[in-house]
Amino acid sequence: MKYTPIIGLEVHIEQSTNSKLFCGCPADHFGKKANTQTCPVCLGLPGALPYLNSIAVENILKFGLAFGCDVNEFSKFDRKHYFYPDLPKSYQISQYDLPFCKSGKFRDIHIRRIHLEEDTGKLVHQTVNGDKVSLIDFNRSSVPLMEMVTEPDFHDTDTIVIFLKEVQLIARYLEISNADMEKGSMRLEANISLQTQNSNVKSQNLPDYKVELKNINSFKFLEKAVNAEIIRQQEILDKGEKVDNETRGYDEIKQTTFLQRSKEDAKDYRYFPEPDIPPLSIGKSQISNLKSQIPELPEKKRKRFESEYKLSKDSIDILVSEKSRADYFEEAVKIGQGSPLSAKNIADLMVNKKLDHEYPEPAGLVKKIVELTKVVYSSNDDVENAVKSVLMENVKAVRDYQNGNGNVIGFLIGMVQKELKGKGNTQTVREKLLEKIQK
Amino acid sequence: MTQINADDVSHVAKLANLSLTDTEIKKFTPQLTKIIDYISELSEVDTKDVEPTSQTTGLTNVTRSDEVVTGNILTQDDALSGTDNAHNGYFKVPAILSERTDK
Amino acid sequence: MKLPLTIKETQKGLLEKEFSAVELVDSYLSEIKKKDKGLNAFLTVTEDEAYKKAKYIDNSMLKADFFESHSLFGAVVAYKDLFLTKGVRTTAGSRVLSSYVPAYSGTVVKKMEEAGAIMIGKTNCDAWAHGASGENSDYGPTKNPWNKEYVPGGSSSGSAVAVSAGMSLISVGTDTGGSVRQPANFCGVVGLKPTYGAISRYGVIAMASSLDTVGSFGHSIEDVETIFNTIKGEDGLDATVRNFQASSSKSQTNSKSKITIGVAKEYFAGGLDKEVENNINEAIKIYKKIGIDVKEISLPHTKYTVPVYYIVMSGEVSSNLGKFDGIRYGNGRDTFGAEAKRRIMLGTYVLSAGYYDAFYLKAQKVRSKIIEDFDNAFSQIDAIISPVFPTPPFKIGEKSDDPLQMYLADVYTAGANLAGIPGLSVPFEFSKKGLPLGFQLLGPRFSEPTLFELGKIYHKAVGFVPKTAI
Repeated sequence: MKYTPIIGLEVHIEQSTNSKLFCGCPADHFGKKANTQTCPVCLGLPGALPYLNSIAVENILKFGLAFGCDVNEFSKFDRKHYFYPDLPKSYQISQYDLPFCKSGKFRDIHIRRIHLEEDTGKLVHQTVNGDKVSLIDFNRSSVPLMEMVTEPDFHDTDTIVIFLKEVQLIARYLEISNADMEKGSMRLEANISLQTQNSNVKSQNLPDYKVELKNINSFKFLEKAVNAEIIRQQEILDKGEKVDNETRGYDEIKQTTFLQRSKEDAKDYRYFPEPDIPPLSIGKSQISNLKSQIPELPEKKRKRFESEYKLSKDSIDILVSEKSRADYFEEAVKIGQGSPLSAKNIADLMVNKKLDHEYPEPAGLVKKIVELTKVVYSSNDDVENAVKSVLMENVKAVRDYQNGNGNVIGFLIGMVQKELKGKGNTQTVREKLLEKIQK
Repeated sequence: MTQINADDVSHVAKLANLSLTDTEIKKFTPQLTKIIDYISELSEVDTKDVEPTSQTTGLTNVTRSDEVVTGNILTQDDALSGTDNAHNGYFKVPAILSERTDK
Repeated sequence: MKLPLTIKETQKGLLEKEFSAVELVDSYLSEIKKKDKGLNAFLTVTEDEAYKKAKYIDNSMLKADFFESHSLFGAVVAYKDLFLTKGVRTTAGSRVLSSYVPAYSGTVVKKMEEAGAIMIGKTNCDAWAHGASGENSDYGPTKNPWNKEYVPGGSSSGSAVAVSAGMSLISVGTDTGGSVRQPANFCGVVGLKPTYGAISRYGVIAMASSLDTVGSFGHSIEDVETIFNTIKGEDGLDATVRNFQASSSKSQTNSKSKITIGVAKEYFAGGLDKEVENNINEAIKIYKKIGIDVKEISLPHTKYTVPVYYIVMSGEVSSNLGKFDGIRYGNGRDTFGAEAKRRIMLGTYVLSAGYYDAFYLKAQKVRSKIIEDFDNAFSQIDAIISPVFPTPPFKIGEKSDDPLQMYLADVYTAGANLAGIPGLSVPFEFSKKGLPLGFQLLGPRFSEPTLFELGKIYHKAVGFVPKTAI
């Protein structure tokens, strides 16, 4: 039996604001000493109240607009209840029915919604004095987190990787997150099911089950994890059995997925509108103002680099994958105008020689390249050696010359230049050749 | 009449993270039945086209600027001052075996 | 020394050196020692803190500019044990927090302290503010100082009793469904439930977040007004608070500029005790006599006040009490008392899958109808006069078996919380059994000045003289 994987993603991206979503604690928690960046609000102390960070809202709106989302004119926060030791209030302030952004698109992938919520604390599992314990650090608690939910439009892992890299890139272009999977600032869950391929009729119905796959913590494991789950489901379906709705995790060591929670423990989050945070109304002027702050996005930049500079796809991808490099490139092209340097030369030197890493300023790079092109000729010794070896290998040509065929010199120069990979000064080569032959 | 039985009460208690004794379940079942039956009378109110109220202030867009406020940050000692179960600056709980229901 | 009964008297005494702040503290502490064994109004008496503050005040008195910026200097205050006080145990009346010492103080406490108030202690209350009798405290019931066999009302029972019995000059409580107005009514003191969003809730243990307000008790309307003016306003920590701007009362926009009071006919339909009813009618007569217009109004959804309140309140309670899991502070969830567990259960049920629409969402919609009723009323009148509780104070233990019967009695108070409007509990007269009676005035959002005015006019008309119960 043939199957088409039907995959939807839930991508969490932690924002890199100065302060947390609902309090003034620093949001940058990576590598900080445990529980040194908390206050009554994010530690869930009695009597504390949330107060919304305006930049976190602007960030998610920009993020949604970058994906062509509609912004809800009226938005609000809701409390999502569940008990877990890293969730200090027993509810997470999230968004239920009125997320900030909805109905976006990237290439063929539809984005259902993007909402804003607070991150939880972090658990570390350890053995202390012989007891197995879990240790909790609340430094991450209440850091702004965006959750993007896509439609089940993915059918293979390549597309997932391309999409996620783009999500990461856009977050970085907007400077709202480093979206680093290894550091946990971008996290992924995939809802996976398999659709039986009918030979002719294209079935409109999605599979009647889905498996939620969690714990995918790096791009490295992403493909393996998703493929492992696809194979597991295939084997079940091939036996004519049904796949259960459940939540599974990925075991990086065993390279298999394992059951985390079956559907019997149905979730009941008891959402209700957060009474402590007044709702938000987002007007057209605010949206157009935010739109004007969005830089040229990678997809558009790629197209422009192609049409404007005629670069290769690989060069474009590499340059566009870091906004600062793309900007550097264009700056260098601008400065290099009027010099023999072409945009292609600059792109090559950046992509292949990473010369932009040596010269922080594009102007420095251009200057250096121009200088380099002046002293690019091979040394006298190299020329001498090349001439010697060419003359030895072309005894006939030498004889021809000595017999009066002056044209042969051109051929010999070409051979020497070949030896020197084109770096010989033609004048010097000619002189050396003549010097040797005429001896 | 809304029927709430002991199983319903146990289910709700589980959701609420309360471990009730059998005696408590026995006591709460009729009390909750009576209260729920009473509050069910709201169904008779016509609320077609009525917007729900979850806040009474009429305020919108109340936000703060994205600044770190060091004055409210607790020291690690203060953060941990409410518990005896701490280890190396962390709060300590018995090992969590079950996965979270979210994320 | 004879203790002063108002902030003004206190400050006059201090300024004229009739007594020092330290002597004031001596006297209040001796009152507490003498009376509180029988009343159980205090959970913690903060003797050291009080003396420290008193000495500071005695020293600062020499500076002339001290008084202008310190509206409450010398005022001895007791905080309901729901108010976090840095370094001073705060229990919420529950065993869950039996040894919880907060790492921070809330906005109201800070503002009161900065205004020169002297904290004398933390007061008993129904655990987590759940109750209208003071009997639900895990630390034993508080007694009514007018007759110790009777309840003082709740949930801010200790705060009302502390003032009523002269153990504190003023006190602060919380009102989520009547928890300031009702004990004020039962103890014969003035109690204010402010407009939701006028005073920061930051640092007050939350009961039901969309209903909770910080209220205050005193012997006079003026004192409650002074407290209100001291603690109101934005603090950058409670996003639902906005700076006070008095609503333009109808009397100000009306060409006749005459205040009109409304009487809701639904409040006098069955269930209201005769003695309470007669007392209200008496008050209405007095208002008429001093030239206030009185008009009958209708609040058609009154009968749904209690079901809406119990759904919204319990839903929010179940959410707010989830954080008490014993991990970061406090004891485990098994230490919750019966009433807290009951409300957590009810609230979890009304929010749970399959029931949310029928209960929580429905209640939020009927809540809109209740608000509409008040809006309609306030388009014709400036304030509503109403009973606070259907009966005079009742005996301890008399109603504790039937939670639903207790819930039903919130009908007159909970509406103000659902609508976010202010209510002022005005003491007046006594029942045949010698227990306090009174009424409440309700007004539109941010109409506190009108309510204070109406209260003062009334007290002046009847020649009200503040006095302590014992």
